[in-house]
Amino acid sequence: MKLASTIMVIGSALLLGLFIYPLWHVELEAPQYPRGLGMNIHLDGIVGYTKHDIRNIDGLNHYIGMKTLPKKGDMWEFTVFPLVVGGMSVLGIIIGLFGFFKRSAYKWFMAWFVLMTVLGILGMIDFNAWMTDYGTNLDPNAIMKMTDDFGNPLSYKPPLFGSKDILNFTAVSYPSLGGILLGIGMALTFISYFVGKKLSKKSN
Amino acid sequence: MKILRLGVGLLAAASLMTSCGNSGTKNKNGTEGALTKNAAEQVYIAPGEHDDYYAFISGGYSGNLLVYGLPSGRMFKEIPVFSQFPTSGYGYSEETKPMFNTSYGFIPWGDAHHPDISQTNGVMDGRWVFINENNTPRIARVDLTTFETAEIIEVPNSAGNHSSSFITENTEYVVAGTRFSVPVPQRDISIKDYKGEFKGALSFIGVDQETGRMEIDFQLLMPGFNYDLSHPGRDKSHGWFFFTTYNTEEANTLLEVNASQNDKDFIAAVNWKKIEEYVKNGGGKMMPAEYAHNVYDHHTHTATSTMKNEVRVIDPTEVPGAVYFLPTPKSPHGCDVSPDGEYIVGNGKLSTDLTVHSFTKMIDAIENKKFDGEAYGIPILNFDDIHAGSVKKAGLGPLHTEFDDKGNAYTTFFISSEVVKWELGTWEVKDRKPTYYSVGHLTIPGGNSREPDGKYMFAMNKITKDRYLPVGPELEHSAQLYDISGEKMELILDFPTHGEPHYAAAIKADVVKGNSLEIYDLEDNKHEYAIKSEGEARVERNGNEVHIYMSTIRSHFAPDNIEGIKVGDKVYFHVTNLEQDFDVPHGFAMIGQNNSELLIMPGQTKTTTWNPKKVGVWPFYCTDFCSALHQEMQGYIRVSPKDSDIELTWSLGDDE
Ligand SMILES: [Cu+2]
Repeated sequence: MKLASTIMVIGSALLLGLFIYPLWHVELEAPQYPRGLGMNIHLDGIVGYTKHDIRNIDGLNHYIGMKTLPKKGDMWEFTVFPLVVGGMSVLGIIIGLFGFFKRSAYKWFMAWFVLMTVLGILGMIDFNAWMTDYGTNLDPNAIMKMTDDFGNPLSYKPPLFGSKDILNFTAVSYPSLGGILLGIGMALTFISYFVGKKLSKKSN
Repeated sequence: MKILRLGVGLLAAASLMTSCGNSGTKNKNGTEGALTKNAAEQVYIAPGEHDDYYAFISGGYSGNLLVYGLPSGRMFKEIPVFSQFPTSGYGYSEETKPMFNTSYGFIPWGDAHHPDISQTNGVMDGRWVFINENNTPRIARVDLTTFETAEIIEVPNSAGNHSSSFITENTEYVVAGTRFSVPVPQRDISIKDYKGEFKGALSFIGVDQETGRMEIDFQLLMPGFNYDLSHPGRDKSHGWFFFTTYNTEEANTLLEVNASQNDKDFIAAVNWKKIEEYVKNGGGKMMPAEYAHNVYDHHTHTATSTMKNEVRVIDPTEVPGAVYFLPTPKSPHGCDVSPDGEYIVGNGKLSTDLTVHSFTKMIDAIENKKFDGEAYGIPILNFDDIHAGSVKKAGLGPLHTEFDDKGNAYTTFFISSEVVKWELGTWEVKDRKPTYYSVGHLTIPGGNSREPDGKYMFAMNKITKDRYLPVGPELEHSAQLYDISGEKMELILDFPTHGEPHYAAAIKADVVKGNSLEIYDLEDNKHEYAIKSEGEARVERNGNEVHIYMSTIRSHFAPDNIEGIKVGDKVYFHVTNLEQDFDVPHGFAMIGQNNSELLIMPGQTKTTTWNPKKVGVWPFYCTDFCSALHQEMQGYIRVSPKDSDIELTWSLGDDE
């Protein structure tokens, strides 16, 4: 059971990587931006690749009527997400440590994993909803009003995962190191359940 | 998310069409100089690729400094230095006018000659380029992070600032010598009293290693010869400086004859370390002298000019062992020192031979007092005791020599229009190649340093004639690039320069390019009239002076409607570019403005003035194709009669 607990502790602790590394990144490439413009999405706010990337993305987006990118205080998510992730990580570590003393704790590992998955999906839904609003809720007085082939207003929503061509830009969106650590961490907690289950059966 | 710099695309298309028109042009010399495929490949830099070297080529009478890439020979930028430059507003904007201040007042033009790059331990470090102004003696420092002129200092007691601006091994000094001797101090005397009364000032300008700021440390008041060119000693001869002289006859009229009588003129060898020591111990005397010191600060984006009123002068005879004359045949022009510091080459321009002195022999002759008389109290060394060798019958009219890293020297011959390669030590000519035509200086990257880079050499010519498509009587000067990596020199490119390229300094691109700024940080903008956001945009009246605090961002000015300006006002447009994106300048021009436009870089503030003379509503606009909505980037100013009581108002959009 020690092995399962160790995996659970490590898995939950990997969530803390999100306090150092970004969760996600969105990068924009265009002929005039050979090096690309980009933003790293951290738990508590959005940071440009370089000092002025956010300002420059906002500057370009004003032509098509997009809102400026949210600052730290503009969205409740930037306050709540760190608390949720921090809380879940600590909870996971405590549960994991608990497993060193109690054999049946592995069931809690799964409970933690299910809760974290639900929270994660809610987070993704929320993130996607923001991107939809950001990419489609446009200023009616925008300088350029572009339409798609069916005459509907063009959506500038960046992809959640992968790459998409939007006018002269290619928008690329992928998880960053923090997000990858989150994924690995969650996978480890999932594994810890099965390891714990197997070991506890064996010792029975 | 998206960008609309359609303008860039259109411009690119336009330039593509232009270059298509030219691409069919062939080198007209079917036989010689025709580009072999090999040569074409050598200078071909594929689209989007970067050159290996920066070359900073003087613009001569254009007063500016040109930035080229090697081996492609493409020009990247003209850096305005000593001449007003309406393209950017340099010398017209309120911020840069002080750069042109001198003891004679505002001087709009200069004659730029010899750029040299700062060094550390005898190797070019790419911090700054220094360049001299010949006519109204000045030295400028160009910053290689901004590629803009950062400082200009006037040199008093000098006239024809030609044996300048060469740098010592650790950029301790920028040295500026006078070509024309003048009365020091200036006074009302007969020109015929030249002999003995006129002096040649050799100025040693100290450089602050942190800021690059220049300050004249001392001036050596030499006999009234013409100090033509100079070079620092390096490595073993570090601490010495060598100046060629002509007109040791001290003629004051018809110099082409009267200054060519002496069989030998001199190279003056100056032990500046000795004089520096003397000065540190309080030597020399302060003499009244008026000269301007102009400094540009790229945080305030503003230049300030300070008038200085004294300079330290040194009488060379009061510092024993500091100055010696090396007899050198026939009015030498260039004075060049080999990378190891051993050989001092005198390019006797009226001779067919090159005279080379040995530094080791010179020191020995000094220690053993092998003198051959003296001039004005300065010992003349015995020619035979210092002479290392001569390159015999090398060509006609030698002007200037540089070195490679394999023990060879390359000398330009003006009259026979060629570059001659010869070997140090054996003094044997190894190769010669024609130039088109009448070459002045040549440059090898790293030339004036311990570590020249013997891959390329380029010759800068005085006569162009038929090298390119004819463009009327007035021509830009030609330059030719040679591959010097092999035994024989190979001409690989012929390219036009701008103005009259006297000399150039070239450096490996890697040393410089990483330091180049992309934008000015708006947060660091300390300009007195800067605004950091559109919210601060405003107009203030102070009597008949009106100050407009204006901002630019794609694609509008704030404010863009102004009323309440009156005929007879003096209007100052203080324009801050709020962009923080690389290569997004905005321009500003006002109809009927008796002034230049402004070209404002991201994060920068510039000021231009306008005197409204006519009642009406007058437009201004952005002159830089900044965005797809560049054409919309405009505004209006209402000008009312002098006695009108229209209130001063300003706005952007309808939310007044
Ligand atoms: Cu503009």
